[in-house]
Amino acid sequence: MAVVDYQAPQSIEDAIGILQKTDIKSKVMAGGTDLIIQTKSQTADPVRVVDLKHIDGMMSYTLDDGGMSLGPAMSCAEFTTLDDVKAVYPGLSESAYLIGSTQVQGRASIGGNLCNASPAADTIPALIANGAQCVIEGNNGERVVAVEDFVTGVAQNCMASDELLKRISMPRPAPGTSDAYLRFIPRTEMDIAVAGAGVSVTLDSSGKCTAARVAIGAVAVTALLVREAAEALIGTAVDEQALDAAAAAASAAAKPITDRRGTAEYRTHVVGVLVKRAAKIAAERARGVK
Amino acid sequence: MSEAKKFNFIGQRTIRPDGHDKVTGKANYAADLSLPGMIWGKILRSPHAHAKILKLDTSRAEAMSGVMSVATFDDLPSVSNEAIQSGEGAIDSLDLGRNVLARDKVLYHGHAIAAIAAKTVAIAEKALELIDVEYEVLTPVLDLHAAMKADAPLLHEDMFTQGYPEQPEKPSNIAARHELKMGDVEAGFAEADVIVERDFVTPTVHQGYIEPHACTVSYNTEGQSMVWCSTQGHFDVRASTAKLLAMPLGNLKVIASEIGGGFGGKTTVYLEPIALILSRKSGRPVKMMMDRDEVFRASGPASAARLTVKVGGKKDGTITAMQTSIAYEAGAFKGSPAMIGGMTAFTPYNCPNVYCETFDVVVNKPKVAAYRAPGAPQAEFGAEMAVSELAEKLGIDPVDLRLQNAAKEGTQTVYGPKLKAVGLVECLEAAKNSPHYKTELKEGEGRGIASGFWFNIGGQSSVTINMNPDGTGTIVEGSPDIGGSRASMQMMASEELGIPLNDLKPIIGDTESIPYNQSTGGSRTTFATGMAVIEAAQDVVHQLKERAASLWNVTPDQVEWRDGSAINTAGEGQMTCAEICAKCEKTGGQISGTGNVNARGAGPSFAVHVCDTKVDMETGKVDVIRYTAIQDAGKAIHPSYVEGQFQGGAAQGIGWALNEEYVYNDDGVMENAGFLDYRIPLASDLPMIDTIIVEVPNNFHPYGVRGVGESGIIPPLAAVGYSVGDAIGANVSELPCSPPRVLKLIQEKG
Ligand SMILES: Cc1cc2nc3c(=O)[nH]c(=O)nc-3n(C[C@H](O)[C@H](O)[C@H](O)COP(=O)(O)OP(=O)(O)OC[C@H]3O[C@@H](n4cnc5c(N)ncnc54)[C@H](O)[C@@H]3O)c2cc1C
Repeated sequence: MAVVDYQAPQSIEDAIGILQKTDIKSKVMAGGTDLIIQTKSQTADPVRVVDLKHIDGMMSYTLDDGGMSLGPAMSCAEFTTLDDVKAVYPGLSESAYLIGSTQVQGRASIGGNLCNASPAADTIPALIANGAQCVIEGNNGERVVAVEDFVTGVAQNCMASDELLKRISMPRPAPGTSDAYLRFIPRTEMDIAVAGAGVSVTLDSSGKCTAARVAIGAVAVTALLVREAAEALIGTAVDEQALDAAAAAASAAAKPITDRRGTAEYRTHVVGVLVKRAAKIAAERARGVK
Repeated sequence: MSEAKKFNFIGQRTIRPDGHDKVTGKANYAADLSLPGMIWGKILRSPHAHAKILKLDTSRAEAMSGVMSVATFDDLPSVSNEAIQSGEGAIDSLDLGRNVLARDKVLYHGHAIAAIAAKTVAIAEKALELIDVEYEVLTPVLDLHAAMKADAPLLHEDMFTQGYPEQPEKPSNIAARHELKMGDVEAGFAEADVIVERDFVTPTVHQGYIEPHACTVSYNTEGQSMVWCSTQGHFDVRASTAKLLAMPLGNLKVIASEIGGGFGGKTTVYLEPIALILSRKSGRPVKMMMDRDEVFRASGPASAARLTVKVGGKKDGTITAMQTSIAYEAGAFKGSPAMIGGMTAFTPYNCPNVYCETFDVVVNKPKVAAYRAPGAPQAEFGAEMAVSELAEKLGIDPVDLRLQNAAKEGTQTVYGPKLKAVGLVECLEAAKNSPHYKTELKEGEGRGIASGFWFNIGGQSSVTINMNPDGTGTIVEGSPDIGGSRASMQMMASEELGIPLNDLKPIIGDTESIPYNQSTGGSRTTFATGMAVIEAAQDVVHQLKERAASLWNVTPDQVEWRDGSAINTAGEGQMTCAEICAKCEKTGGQISGTGNVNARGAGPSFAVHVCDTKVDMETGKVDVIRYTAIQDAGKAIHPSYVEGQFQGGAAQGIGWALNEEYVYNDDGVMENAGFLDYRIPLASDLPMIDTIIVEVPNNFHPYGVRGVGESGIIPPLAAVGYSVGDAIGANVSELPCSPPRVLKLIQEKG
């Protein structure tokens, strides 16, 4: 790609107007940590970059009794300092904290991570575990799609070329709910997930699991919501036996490939380990947030 | 000798003279030079790992507007099979030429075929697409097993295995076979109560220097041509490039830029000859830079290896016999350090019965280059793993077993000489007494110990110290500084001259400012170039004394040199270096001292490392939790940079042991040609690497110095490998100990 034009619209309407132009291809940009690297690829197709960061609401958030509404272009660096968010969605905050490095997080956004739709994207399983919804705006108005349905393939999402992601919304978790996200990399940082797992659990006052969501990443073309794994936890005290069953369900749901980052066999195994460990952490946290 | 000598500067932790420019971004590296009228060179690389070039037509590219010149193998004046000195060994100039630009065959994915120079990078890249190449794709030979099979596809139809009494009848991918032996291993094994025999495998790894190869060159038909590049040895770049282009040495000036890491990998040429051809044909200066992908695919990694090791010992701890068969991948052209593997494998041991058989094998991968102690880490990995296992089976502490059998002064080596004074015993004792070794392991942790031996080299170095009229001086050396050596040169010169460090500025002269210097490699710089510095400084002192004598009208032997001043012992009077230099005009002109040495007696440096790991039993991930590197420096000129060498070697060795490896697909295409997926350790992956400097003086150096740059990369492979095996309760035989491989070992053990 060759960037030949840069636009920084002030409103969603203006942005969509620009996206509708057909002279050359337009690419939406949040932090640009994926996009700028992609523009350096070999092909010389001209592109216009449409920067979303000047649009009201793109970089801010609200959190109230109804849940969170997140501007998709807010930097992970800012997002991970939000203590109120961390208290309610600690796993999501952790997933954003894992992206790249301090420097990368200064630019990288959760919306960009989601729209870029890498199978290994770290925030996507955490978003799915929290039941997050994508609020999409386009020429024909607004529509809302669950995150697990938003991503449709490797680097593919369900938006048309003149649509964009306006908000990410998440319900306020029921009392006794918490979440966790873990990924596996062979090093400590600056690596891409070999497997990832986001888990949210709700415990009642007796410590019994009444609701759960389990999502796994980097083990299929898209992040997967694994209902069987959640069912293995629901109705239990999230004990070792339940954790093992959830792990087995996650491994069974995984459809990984073998590549330079890990073998299919290894990923299948490790995603189960991550689900088990993330569920354990989420449950411990849930016990603390009565 | 060093113990007797009291030093003023040596042994201090001074501020390095190149540090300020480097941290403020002022230092100029390979890609930092641009010249008026300069154009850009780009390389067309092979999309196949093994193929015949049936047709190579550059005419469409040449016709493109903005293209200034094109280079192919045919532009190299008939190169012959003569050996040229390059880096840490002699290399065949025909092979070098064919590696720089493929002739009739491409031998690895990424092999350079042709190059284009154009007014912009974009034009050059576009023009590469217009080069027409027809290939006959051949089956790639991708590992030692495949390459050594009797019916393996051949890389070179004319290559017959060297090293047998008679030339074999059929050509082979085995370039050479060597044997090293002493004593009688059969008898030795017959005496043993316990024998350990195992196979080991190590992967292809890259040095991982952060600065990619780059150069800016200017060819001058009438006068002198110039190459500016990042190299460990600009005199060797001159020799190789001049040879390939059939130029007299004096017609080519090579300037060494600052260097962003080399570790042995920058001891040969890739871009320089191509850039000079492109410059010659266009009449313009040419700049070329590799990107990281090209560095991985086309510069020299270290050999992948397979070895079988057998060691035997008696119940009382005597090692009775040691034997190995070693095969190393050379990449596309012969010349792996397999024999060095045989020479180093068992040298830490005083064992009378040793046998090593080594094979140098070509495969369809990039031609290997030197990497820190080239050839030693792979072989010593197998040897040290086997010795540690022997200790365990004999029920003897692994340090004690090594102490009992340690090589020392007088020990016969398998490669010929007897060892002079060495510090292995002292390193082992330091290991044993270290806080680390005394720390008890917790449940789930493992420990590995390993020794490492490296010869070190001396060789030719030349230094001039030019004194200025104000009494300051410039140390002109010819050894590119890759590890802080300028600081050590400055300290050694100050020590002799007795003047402040900052009065002496060390610089790296280009190939015409100073006579020939061997490259910075073989851990030779502080030792050999240091000797030349000392000699040059003593020459300056001698002249300063003469000048003072003439001013005082006494004989030079009546003048003493003390703390930077001449003292008149025949009468009254004292003159500082600055005062004498200020009067040079009256006493015969300016002063410069020279030291041209061919240093003998490089003392080997032994290292001993202790590594503790903890393994996540569910994922196979290894965490290094404690690490101590102990090594003999002879005399540490600058302790911080000695420690830096220990730590750097350890970090690279840990990377080799844990996660680094070239991943190839079945077509011979490397799949992880970038730092995201070629996983070198990050700072956060490693604990503090504790260091202990052992000083057993090398009597062949005036201060007792031994080189320390290489031995430190040898022990980590087995120290980490054995530690992982200890933690999981299984035998590690293959590196790297990446999570999937370790998990498999855990699962197999059940
Ligand atoms: C060194 C490095 C390390 C990294 N490490 C990680 C890691 O550990 N884990 C990980 O998951 N990722 C990692 N990444 C990838 C990247 O940083 C993340 O995916 C990041 O979250 C992307 O956010 P961004 O704001 O920079 O996206 P951008 O690059 O701006 O956009 C990404 C894509 O999404 C589209 N897009 C962005 N916002 C919108 C919107 N509102 N509506 C419609 N389309 C939109 C863009 O058009 C583009 O296609 C790394 C990247 C780098 C360079």
